[in-house]
Amino acid sequence: MSKPLTVWDLPKEEYLAPGHRMCQGCAAAVIFRHVLKAAGKDVIISMPTCCGEITSTVYPQTAWRVPWIHVAFENAAAVASGISAAIEALKRKGEIPKDKDIKVIAIGGDGGTFDIGFQALSGTLERGDNVLYICYDNEAYMNTGIQRSGATPLGAWTTTTPVGKVWRGEWRPKKRKDLVAVAIAHNVPYAATANPAFPIDLYSKVKKALSIRGPKLIHVLSSCVPGWRIEPEKSIEVARLAVLTGMWINYEYENGIYRVTTPVPKRKPVKEYLRMQGRFRHLTDEDIKKIQELVDAEVERINKLVGKEVIGPVEG
Amino acid sequence: MGKVLPLGGNYAVAYAVKACKPDVITAYPISPQTTIVERLSEFVANGELDAEFLHVESEHSALSVAIGAAAVGARTYSATCSQGLALMNELLYIMSYIRLPMTLTIVARALSAPINIWNDHSDFMSVMDAGWIMMMSASNQEAYDEILLAYRIAEDPRVLLPVITSMDGYIQSHVVEPVEIVDDEEALSFAPKRKTWVTLDPDKPVTMGPVGDPSWYFEFKRQLWEAMKEARTVFDEATAEFAKKFGRSYSAIETYMLDDAEVAIVGMGSFMGTIRAYIDRARRDGIKVGALRVKLFRPFPSEDIVKALSNVKLVGVMDRALVPGSPTGGVLHSDVACAIKQAGLDVRTLGYIAGLGGRLLTMDNVKQMIDILLKYKDVKEVPKEPFFIGVRE
Repeated sequence: MSKPLTVWDLPKEEYLAPGHRMCQGCAAAVIFRHVLKAAGKDVIISMPTCCGEITSTVYPQTAWRVPWIHVAFENAAAVASGISAAIEALKRKGEIPKDKDIKVIAIGGDGGTFDIGFQALSGTLERGDNVLYICYDNEAYMNTGIQRSGATPLGAWTTTTPVGKVWRGEWRPKKRKDLVAVAIAHNVPYAATANPAFPIDLYSKVKKALSIRGPKLIHVLSSCVPGWRIEPEKSIEVARLAVLTGMWINYEYENGIYRVTTPVPKRKPVKEYLRMQGRFRHLTDEDIKKIQELVDAEVERINKLVGKEVIGPVEG
Repeated sequence: MGKVLPLGGNYAVAYAVKACKPDVITAYPISPQTTIVERLSEFVANGELDAEFLHVESEHSALSVAIGAAAVGARTYSATCSQGLALMNELLYIMSYIRLPMTLTIVARALSAPINIWNDHSDFMSVMDAGWIMMMSASNQEAYDEILLAYRIAEDPRVLLPVITSMDGYIQSHVVEPVEIVDDEEALSFAPKRKTWVTLDPDKPVTMGPVGDPSWYFEFKRQLWEAMKEARTVFDEATAEFAKKFGRSYSAIETYMLDDAEVAIVGMGSFMGTIRAYIDRARRDGIKVGALRVKLFRPFPSEDIVKALSNVKLVGVMDRALVPGSPTGGVLHSDVACAIKQAGLDVRTLGYIAGLGGRLLTMDNVKQMIDILLKYKDVKEVPKEPFFIGVRE
């Protein structure tokens, strides 16, 4: 067993240049940076319309030191498939050196993945294209100003799920769409979740995914300063609390085996996570109880998949 | 000389695509296009064509795949029509903005609704603003030859625009004609695979499709205008060399008996053949009528059209797509009238809307069109409303 990695072991090369226009404290920037460290220079990125796209490539500037393309909102996966297919063909015909390992990564937000890009994603996954799809999930349409998406969690305020006399934030009374399960249902060899507060875990998962041929998916929680109503310096702390409360579970699926990569022997109550964020501040104790129940059920489900209790009970 | 095969338009196109050796083919089935990609699948399946074939889940993804593939430097092909083309719509504009070459065949079909799989030009006309070079053939041989022209023009470093080739659904796509097939080497020597555009390459990283804010968007669009002008020059060069190499000559427009014509019919597509046949009959009756077929639709050959029509008294422009609420009802009529006006010519125009949704067009319909021209030949004010040919009122 090799020694566990530390941040000092990560490559020093930076492929995401500073000077981009992402918000202070934006977790997406941290995610992109570590994804690129794992990928190295021989990678092509396909990105749909999203926060990361509009803030990193305002002509004539770009923050990307690797080849990068944006086409539209709903097709990052399909564009990545085209890139991957072209690399295959051009290698076979000797136009790209056969031994040159060029990775293809699509990185999209939750809107571009859960909602408008879902169909193209399904196509890429079912065909078995050699693409790594990464969803950075800030749980709403933050780019257009915080509108509800298919990834918005129960109770969250957004500008289209406002808090009023009748509505109390996001209304969907159940767990949101399970993106990793969707990927697994396409019989992919690898799928995982990750979190910017655990960059080594994220880095290792991207590395592993890129070493596997075929379609892979990594779903990453991406805390959002304006959308979650938090202070910039709190974004990693909130992301960490998501894991410590069981709101988010870092795990991976590889060839039929589930493994939790960040075990949490004693969970904190979800209240601690919710109370840190302005988007949840209207929630009553009753509302929070309901969310805690959803989290408990998800923890139980994951523990069952893993076959032992890796995420423990809420500390008393 | 290549060999001559009996081919429907779709198979002819498939043979032409195969000869041009695309690296990536991607498409979604839609009638009447489907047999193009069926045949291409067979070529790939039996090893006759070395290409990646991506079976996508929609036309939107088909063009997305094509953009991704072209961005890496692959020669790329797709085919579609009607609703499939409508689903591709936003991506058409994006591909021309990124300046990626490809060839896309539209097997012209009516747009819904009501759903209708038969031929007219409403799909083709719906994408006239997308910044693509657009050609429409009138025979299966021409549909074949357009593919070779398309790759050569699209990948010319002076152009770098995607190209639409087109034919009439069923009337060409599923009707067999003799088509001369050229050798693969000949096709490739005419349309050689060259790395003429910027690609996504880890050794020379570039950002493609960046945000164009108000300080830059306009310049990108301005460049498209220039590229289209270049495209016309390159089209003329390509057709000239094509004629030399293969003995078949094409130009932006095709005229018929216009020299002494008093009236003329302008249109696009395979029905122009029927019009020519009827003109032969009308000429025997002493009617001075001619015809003009527009082959190259974008960039629009205004000067050629104006020159050809300069001595005609009255022109009837046949549109096979209706634009409700527009000045003339038809895109082709509006463009032709505009070209005439810009040139300061004293030539009047009127419009026909004909053959929508596969409504059969016959010799009688041509007679009707010519009768209308004769009626208004010497009338100063011609009707502004289009004449609906063959519709039940």
